[in-house]
Amino acid sequence: MEPILTRNIVKGNGPTMLEAYEANGGYSGFRKALTMAPEDILKIISDSKLRGRGGAGFPTGFKWSAVIPIEQSGLPRYFCCNFDEMEPGTFKDRYLVESDPHQLIEGMLIASYTCRCNIGYIFIRDEYRRPIKLLRKAIAEAAGKGYTGKNIQGSGWDYELYIHVSAGRYMCGEETGLLNALEGKRANPRSKPPYPQTSGLWGRPTVVQNVETLCCVPHIIERGAEWFVSLGKARDSGVKIYGASGRVNNPGCWELPMGTTMRELIEEHAGGMQKGYSYRAALTGGASTMFLDASQMDVPMDFDTLKALGLALGTGTAIVLDDKTCPVAMCRNLEMFYARESCGWCTPCREGLPWVEQILESIEQGHGAPGDIELLIDQAKYIGPNTYCALATGAMFPLESALTKFREDFDEHIRSHKCPYSEGRILNF
Amino acid sequence: MLTEQEKQEIEEELAHLPTRQAGCIDALKVVQKHRGWVSDEALDDLSPVLGMSPAEIDSVATFYNLIFRKPVGKHVILICDSISCWVMGEESILAYLQRKLGIKLGQTTADGMFTLIPTVCLGHCEQAPVMMMDGDIIGNLTEEKIDQILSGAR
Repeated sequence: MEPILTRNIVKGNGPTMLEAYEANGGYSGFRKALTMAPEDILKIISDSKLRGRGGAGFPTGFKWSAVIPIEQSGLPRYFCCNFDEMEPGTFKDRYLVESDPHQLIEGMLIASYTCRCNIGYIFIRDEYRRPIKLLRKAIAEAAGKGYTGKNIQGSGWDYELYIHVSAGRYMCGEETGLLNALEGKRANPRSKPPYPQTSGLWGRPTVVQNVETLCCVPHIIERGAEWFVSLGKARDSGVKIYGASGRVNNPGCWELPMGTTMRELIEEHAGGMQKGYSYRAALTGGASTMFLDASQMDVPMDFDTLKALGLALGTGTAIVLDDKTCPVAMCRNLEMFYARESCGWCTPCREGLPWVEQILESIEQGHGAPGDIELLIDQAKYIGPNTYCALATGAMFPLESALTKFREDFDEHIRSHKCPYSEGRILNF
Repeated sequence: MLTEQEKQEIEEELAHLPTRQAGCIDALKVVQKHRGWVSDEALDDLSPVLGMSPAEIDSVATFYNLIFRKPVGKHVILICDSISCWVMGEESILAYLQRKLGIKLGQTTADGMFTLIPTVCLGHCEQAPVMMMDGDIIGNLTEEKIDQILSGAR
């Protein structure tokens, strides 16, 4: 497959900076965009059927079209890049930017121009030191070339681009939590509506978009919507950065056609399972997705196909559950994460998640009682839908899925008063 | 009182922001960079600069994982305990670290050299298990690697 998002990523080479990026055709998409009307760019993006790569798969063209039309107030409009990437098991955006920072900036410029935004923020987590350093350098390079600033390339469009380095909290990756964090507040979610496109950062029209989505934009502008649609293998268009972590021989991430199967991902790209371990299931894309089991390994992994099966693509970076790892303990680890990272704003999430964690912990330690599983099923039903944001909903996806697919493991823990997997494992509770 | 250096760095962060409050997280980071952590006194110091009450600033400071409201050691070790690292043996790595340092999670060694803090996914899952020390990612952790890193830091 022709590398598209990864065309400037060559193993062993350093990061691609401005000169090399432009030599390889970089910023020609942006220069082309500047000669076009924003409505025409929006049409291409809509026709390309590009969907948000942050996990939710929201149609990008539709998101942009919801930004309120430019008014004459002269007040700023904002475009935010969500580079928080704190979804457990996810590292695809880091992979893209730490070798090719300009691709993100170019995508950001085209998107901001299309939405008539004049200020951009790249919201990045503090732990991504290398991408932060590269982006700072790349932004300075782009400014030096006149790609930001006043009257860019004679187009009459003004744009300034800044980096905000977070201080760490999963909630910052939630669209409205991110906006609160940028305003210097606790990253609690906001009630929607109003949506950020109407009233976002400091009450102004704002778009929040994931890194990988933005990286697709320059290529779509240059090569057209039809081309992008043709890249997908199944029902969704384009390419995707898929990944795998866990007990595989070659963990990492790879650019593949949208709709690649788990079998291809694990067997061809991740080098198969480590010796002594076999594939049992995988969370398809980060912690907030469901388990795709061995019988589903030939399903094309795209947003719609997975959704139809009660699964979700999420971020596309799979976390593999092998046959030697306890699914109950795995759920306990996942729920510990959510319980800790819950911002505490909504009661079902704040109170429910630590309760779920405790129930799972007691089952794992052999203190589970009959009725515990029913209680977990109940929790999964009531916690998720009754909150402002999707954190708790996402927290329940892997749990509900595990309770369905690995019910026998839960029962066995309760029946035998011990974890059948824990022999020789340290239980660090 | 804020030093001249701190004041200057905070003003640089605030320069492009439309409100003083928007620079709250950046200002907390500046103070932490120079003082190692954010004390009650630091909240008082920042209050007039940001136009926020110390309690309001504290509500922000305590929200974010990487703002320390207690003193920390010279080296801060953030050990990832999220799912990919956990699958790859984080529990035994953590147990080894605690034994080796003689402290539990959240504590600082008696000589003030190391603080050990659990953290959520560091986004380097292909190198699991992973930890971060003083801003550097250290992946594919083994007991030997930990020995090396700790003795190198001492």
